[in-house]
Amino acid sequence: MSVFRSIVFSAALAGVISGAAITGAQMVGTIPLIQKSEVYERKAEAPAAVAPTAAAQPAHTHDHGAAAHSHEAEWEPAEGLQRNAFTTGANILTAIGFALLLAGIFALRGRAVSWREGLFWGLGGFVVFTAAPGLGLPPELPGMPVADLTLRQTWWIGTACATAAGLGLLVFRKASWAAILGLGLIVLPHLIGAPLAPAGHTDVPEALSHSFVVAAVLTSLLFWALLGVLTSIAFQRISRT
Amino acid sequence: MQQTQTAQISAVTTDVNVVVQAVLAMALGLFIVGMVGFSHISAVHNAAHDTRHANAFPCH
Repeated sequence: MSVFRSIVFSAALAGVISGAAITGAQMVGTIPLIQKSEVYERKAEAPAAVAPTAAAQPAHTHDHGAAAHSHEAEWEPAEGLQRNAFTTGANILTAIGFALLLAGIFALRGRAVSWREGLFWGLGGFVVFTAAPGLGLPPELPGMPVADLTLRQTWWIGTACATAAGLGLLVFRKASWAAILGLGLIVLPHLIGAPLAPAGHTDVPEALSHSFVVAAVLTSLLFWALLGVLTSIAFQRISRT
Repeated sequence: MQQTQTAQISAVTTDVNVVVQAVLAMALGLFIVGMVGFSHISAVHNAAHDTRHANAFPCH
C-alpha cells in the first residue's frame, strides 16, 4: 500500500476512536463547565432589564449592550443533541488532523514505531499544542475578556511551531549548541509574551475558570496519550500490509 | 558498478517519494486542524465551539 494511504487510513482509524473517546471525557469534564459559563456570558450580553429571562432563553434576544461577541443571524447548532453531535464531529476531525501529523512522522522514521514510542510522540504533541500555548493563553471559558482573536491565533501558532522545533533539536541533535538553541526556541515565545486581554470585568467566577483549566488540560493529556498510542499501533499494522 | 548506481538511485527516489507522501499527509492534517480550530467563519466557529474551548484554541 502506498505510504500516503497507510498514513490516511491509520490516522482516520486512530482519529475516530480517540475523538469519540475524548468526547466522552469532555461530557463529564469541560462541557458542563462551558454550559455553566454561558449562563454568565448571556447575562453579561443581555441588557440588564431582560437579564433574568436571558439565561433561560437560548434564542438570543439581545441586540445591544456590551456584547463581547454576538450571534445575531449567525447559524449555531441547537442545544442538546445537535450541539453535542457537532462537538463529536469536530473532536473526531481534530483528532484525525493531529493523527495525520503523527503518522506522517512515523512514516518518516523509516522503521517500526512501538506503542510506547507512539505514547511519547503523543506526549510531545501535548507539550507542543496544549502545554506551551496554554502557558501564555490558558484554556478559557466563554465570557472571559480576551485580546484580539487574530493576534492570539498568531501567537498560538508561533508558540506551537517554536516549541516543536525546540523539542526536536533537544531530542534529535546531540550537540551542545542544539540544546541551547532548543531551549531558547521553547522560551522565546513566552519572552515575547502572549497578547494580553484588556482589563475587563467578567461575571464568570474564578473557581469555575480554574476548574476549566484543570479539566481542559487533563482531557487534552488523555487525548494526546491515546492518540499517540493508537496512531502508532494503527500505522504499524496498516503499513505492514 | 552500473548496478550499484541504479540501486542507489532507486533507494534515493523511494526515500524522496516517502518524504513527499508523508509531508503531504501532514499538510492535510494541519489543514484539517486549521479549519476546525482556527477558521474565522462564524458557522464553523459555532459548530466546533466546545471543541475549540476544550482544546484551548483561541476562541471568540
